Amino acid sequence: MTDQAQADAWRDAIFDAFQDAGIAQVAYVPDAGHKRLIERTHAANGMRAMSVATEEDAVACLAGAWLGGQKGALLMQSSGVGNTINMLSLAKTCQFPLPMFITMRGEWGEFNSWQMQMGETSQAHLELSGVKCYRCETPEDVAETVRVAIDQAYNGNCQTAVLLAQKLVGTKKFSDGGLGDNKK
Amino acid sequence: MSTIETKPDGLIDRRTFVDHLVANRGDDLCIVAGLGSPCYDLKAAGDHPLNFYLYGAMGGAVPMAMGLAAAQPEKRVMALTGDGEVLMGLTGLAAAGAEGLENLIVVVLDNERYGETGQQTTHTARGVNLAQTAIGLGYRAVRDIKTPDEAAELHDWIKTVQGPACAVVKISAEAAGMALPPQDGVYLKHRFRERLLGVQPR
Repeated sequence: MTDQAQADAWRDAIFDAFQDAGIAQVAYVPDAGHKRLIERTHAANGMRAMSVATEEDAVACLAGAWLGGQKGALLMQSSGVGNTINMLSLAKTCQFPLPMFITMRGEWGEFNSWQMQMGETSQAHLELSGVKCYRCETPEDVAETVRVAIDQAYNGNCQTAVLLAQKLVGTKKFSDGGLGDNKK
Repeated sequence: MSTIETKPDGLIDRRTFVDHLVANRGDDLCIVAGLGSPCYDLKAAGDHPLNFYLYGAMGGAVPMAMGLAAAQPEKRVMALTGDGEVLMGLTGLAAAGAEGLENLIVVVLDNERYGETGQQTTHTARGVNLAQTAIGLGYRAVRDIKTPDEAAELHDWIKTVQGPACAVVKISAEAAGMALPPQDGVYLKHRFRERLLGVQPR
């Protein structure tokens, strides 16, 4: 399998898990690492991609979705974890199921020092907020972990997060005089 | 249905307004109420299984109503909230405007105050206009309400307007007293889903 095919394959495995689980609303704040998944979600029948400008709104949106009988999933990057903290009280207090899929920054090969703070503390913040966290380091980890996180959230009325390691997602490249060359 | 009253300052009384707004509502209307006085007003108008009251999660009422409206396109879904909550959650107001849901209505009770924390003024007391904001955020229908007669029209408007819609109602800052709805979020969730979807807690 080429690198590109492998990079697409684990993202498609997330999409397949969403479809199999009956995920109807995917609320997201964009990340380059989720680009393909976001595009597939927008194109999918029976799935609504909900674009929000800050991650806490995704938490509230998906609580509303469940109130209305639809399953949801949240896509974001680690820099957005801090934005969710107060709104996670809604999910926690009311036991709203909430699976989150978080692309990590600030770890493997990170160029941007401003990403380090949230990257290094995301899991601790989430766990303090009562979110069960699972990390994926390799493409082989992804499919099963995503399915476990969705099932656990919806069977247990709880909040789960899959942290997709930067080594898996790829490192954003910065250069002077050009757009960043994102490894997909 | 009560008559919408004004307070000595000439502004709309929040309690009689909300009572009028949701009178004879039936099960076609789902309501997410923002924390603080909007919850008390809604409870005072009559508790209902299709009311979901926030006791925290400030800024969450509008985006929560958005997710609910997307899931339930055949229902009317209203976020009943205050100026303080909307100002904390302007991004949620924007997301709901952009999402373009025809069945979503936002009603803002604008007293220009943070009522729960000592009546400090909000930005709406200093020139921020939330009705103009809603226009700019893509709401298809916007009402800027200042009189009881205008406010009385909202009873029918919320049943027929093509959303996303937003009504900003200037109300008196005079507090109306607490009318506390149930605080147990799990209970509120289960009774809402049982009434709406016919599903039992599991």
